[in-house]
Amino acid sequence: MATLTEAPPPLAPAPEKKPARKRGRFTPYWLLLPGILWLIIFFALPMIYQASTSVQTGSLEEGYKVTWHFATYWDALSEYWPQFLRSVFYAAAATVLCLLLGYPLAYLIAFRAGRWRNLIMILVIAPFFTSFLIRTLAWKTILADNGPVVHVLNSLHILSLTDFLGWTAGDRVLATPLAVVCGLTYNFLPFMILPLYTSLERIDGRLHEAAGDLYAKPWTTFRKVTFPLSMPGVVSGTLLTFIPAAGDYVNAELLGSTDTRMIGNVIQTQFLRILDYPTAAALSFILMAAILAMVTIYIRRSGTEDLV
Amino acid sequence: MTTDSSGDVRLTGIGKTYDNGFTAVQPMDLTVPQGSFFALLGASGCGKTTTLRMIAGLEEPTTGTVHLGDQDVTHLPPYKRPVNTVFQSYALFPHLDIFENVAFGLRRRGIKSVKKQVEDMLELVQLGEQARKKPHQLSGGQQQRVAVARALINHPKVLLLDEPLGALDLKLRRQMQLELKRIQTEVGITFVHVTHDQEEAMTMADTVAVMNAGRVEQLGSPADLYENPNTTFVANFLGTSNLIEAEVDTKSGDDIILKAGGGKLVLPEARCSAPATTGGKVLVGVRPEKISLTHADDAGSIPEGRNRITGKVADASFIGVSTQYVIDSAVCPEFAVYVQNIERDGRLVPGADVVLHWSPAHTFGLDAAQDIDAGTEEEAA
Amino acid sequence: MPFVNWLKKNLVVIAGLLTLGYLLLPNVIVTVFSFNKPKGRFNYEWQQFSLDAWKQPCGVADMCGSLSISLRIAALATIGATVLGTMIAFALVRYRFRARGAVNSLIFLPMAMPEVVMAASLLTLFLNMGAQLGFYTILIAHIMFCLSFVVTAVKARVMSMDPRLEEAARDLYAGPVQTFVRVTLPIAAPGIAAGALLSFALSFDDFIITNFNAGSTVTFPMFVWGSAQRGTPVQINVIGTAMFLVAVLFVLASMLINNRRNRQKA
Repeated sequence: MATLTEAPPPLAPAPEKKPARKRGRFTPYWLLLPGILWLIIFFALPMIYQASTSVQTGSLEEGYKVTWHFATYWDALSEYWPQFLRSVFYAAAATVLCLLLGYPLAYLIAFRAGRWRNLIMILVIAPFFTSFLIRTLAWKTILADNGPVVHVLNSLHILSLTDFLGWTAGDRVLATPLAVVCGLTYNFLPFMILPLYTSLERIDGRLHEAAGDLYAKPWTTFRKVTFPLSMPGVVSGTLLTFIPAAGDYVNAELLGSTDTRMIGNVIQTQFLRILDYPTAAALSFILMAAILAMVTIYIRRSGTEDLV
Repeated sequence: MTTDSSGDVRLTGIGKTYDNGFTAVQPMDLTVPQGSFFALLGASGCGKTTTLRMIAGLEEPTTGTVHLGDQDVTHLPPYKRPVNTVFQSYALFPHLDIFENVAFGLRRRGIKSVKKQVEDMLELVQLGEQARKKPHQLSGGQQQRVAVARALINHPKVLLLDEPLGALDLKLRRQMQLELKRIQTEVGITFVHVTHDQEEAMTMADTVAVMNAGRVEQLGSPADLYENPNTTFVANFLGTSNLIEAEVDTKSGDDIILKAGGGKLVLPEARCSAPATTGGKVLVGVRPEKISLTHADDAGSIPEGRNRITGKVADASFIGVSTQYVIDSAVCPEFAVYVQNIERDGRLVPGADVVLHWSPAHTFGLDAAQDIDAGTEEEAA
Repeated sequence: MPFVNWLKKNLVVIAGLLTLGYLLLPNVIVTVFSFNKPKGRFNYEWQQFSLDAWKQPCGVADMCGSLSISLRIAALATIGATVLGTMIAFALVRYRFRARGAVNSLIFLPMAMPEVVMAASLLTLFLNMGAQLGFYTILIAHIMFCLSFVVTAVKARVMSMDPRLEEAARDLYAGPVQTFVRVTLPIAAPGIAAGALLSFALSFDDFIITNFNAGSTVTFPMFVWGSAQRGTPVQINVIGTAMFLVAVLFVLASMLINNRRNRQKA
């Protein structure tokens, strides 16, 4: 007890004049400054440069000048609208497929995996560590013309059906829309599974029991309880899949053909090969505006404001 | 500076209004003498925790000053105040083990050899074995003792406790109340304890300040507050009171004679906190356990000079040590009466006519202008 | 009909496992084909088993050089994004300030923007500034798009932190700096680590933004992209397989250690 009754150690003698909190008035700004400056200079400013480039005319040799030449937008749209539409369709198809494929797996991890939960989680994430380009190239082997997948699809006459629908061509899968959508789905599937899992995992398992107790069959329980509660995951999962898929050009390039070129391919070619900067900038600007508009409407309609 | 008053906490005109305009604490004066066990009691949102945080330095008062002994600490940051806190839900550092949690304060003040002190302190709270465990591996009671040890090892002039037992179950809470009381007696440090549990405040503290809506309603020893509440809030918040509205009839000597529901009640003038003018109203109060219950057939056996009220048993609950009756009477529809189960009268069943009677000395009088239900559970809900 | 009942009950499990198979199939192919000995320049068809590529992982010109560039960029980008992102996250959670909404949008937008848009606009900026494309422009771009992910990860962790812990530290004689170093930082560490890990993975694997802003510098993903046109060496599969295995082993080991530690203490 002796240790407790000793005299207290001396502490600061004179009271400070200024209250402690006032000193920290500028702290948030100092904390924000470097990172926000970085984002302003290397994210926001480039957007402005791009907007300005899109209304310039000139040539590479003579240099470009801002001439408010909005016709570039019109020309770009009228020439490349098929690629725009294709991008939206492919991305939408991949997003729906991701949701259909990803939901059961996310559900499995959240509610049915038990002691295997961590292992399955690792298996979902681990492929990330192999470069996605290498993994996408593997699909060339899987979908090869004389490979087992094409063989099975062919003997089941599925390919004649997809040929008829225009998804595949000439009894092959590679270099067709199906291959591109398949690649997009594969590439962005984890971005669907992880948010789905996060929101499913938050659901109290007793809610299922309560629904069952209140005469809901398993499917009704899913429709009326589980799915509505997982909506935040569905919304952020579809956005995280759709946005990058719509701008992607890797899958179209590696698994597709000239008939499956997406808007990303066009922007890349214009910028890096043809060096037509105004057209490329205009296309990029249109893509950005279209995606932002779609995302805004989507978030409004799904009523989930807190995505981040 | 004399040693006697170095642990005094003196709050002068202290008040707190937040930026959004909400006034948590109305400007008030409060002195907690050195070495006392002082409780701030009130419902949630009454300003008791804000008051505590202003003493700790975690909240800056809008008006007034805080003195520890002779030192003005109003504008000192918490890490320069000789005050330590046992936080609600403990706030043990989850990334540090028990030893390092307890050693934290010593290390921050640059004390090198902490081993002996920390070990002694852990012995005091009977946790010597657990020194290398992480907080989440301990039970609630053990975590609570770590929180106390972590604060006490710094020899603060004042120890602040913010609902320290709120997270524990009832049995453990009773045990820890005695434990804390023992530690306080042993170390002789001023304890300021914030709680919403009136039983806890009365068990542990020498002095209790009952707070309501940012004000101290009444301050005194537990027995004094219980026996002589000055407001309806205190009367209802501390235990249960039966309050009857009555009219002042006459005064006779030291007593006030009151009319209520056709009957007469006697109230000692000294126990009336309201001005009593003839014809004016007062609230007459009596605690349920002070009342005796007699079947109407035996009304003749009640001694003269006791206050009496007639009624009907509405409900009787057998609790074990006592039976709690609810009596329907002309002056109050739900009169609570607690009767010790010494000899139970089998006739006292619901529907039976009874006479309630008690000694005038157990009656108290309150200002009738107040809300009669202030501080009751119904009001809180 | 016990089988139908079983099927009904386990339909979601079967569907989930099929999806898992879909996710893992390419990795299986990558691993199997790392033991291939292809005839031509492309490694898309199985020919015969061989350990050649595993014996000489750096046997292809420039591949290991590109790998080291990628690792260096990823490490630097991780440090940069983690430091800047952690600062922003703390400011957002801990302080009230003006333009909070604008800051939040600036953090959110890079995550909601197709990579090709950021890549193209950043290139416009660099061209306009006359910057020399290469290692540093890649690094700048990587820090930019990793930042938002770090902010999100750290913010979540700091928000779930009990503010009383810091009050307790201040009450126990820790000044502002000490409180931050001894309490805030260690408790926020898992969030910071998650953000850093994510940054590393994103930066190391990035292709689109890098491709626009690399100039003549070749990172590992760019090497793979180029080889898809010129011819894919088996060594690519070796690197892919090795990284997959290292990642899985690393995670399994840390899980085992965690389990054992918890069991010992409990």
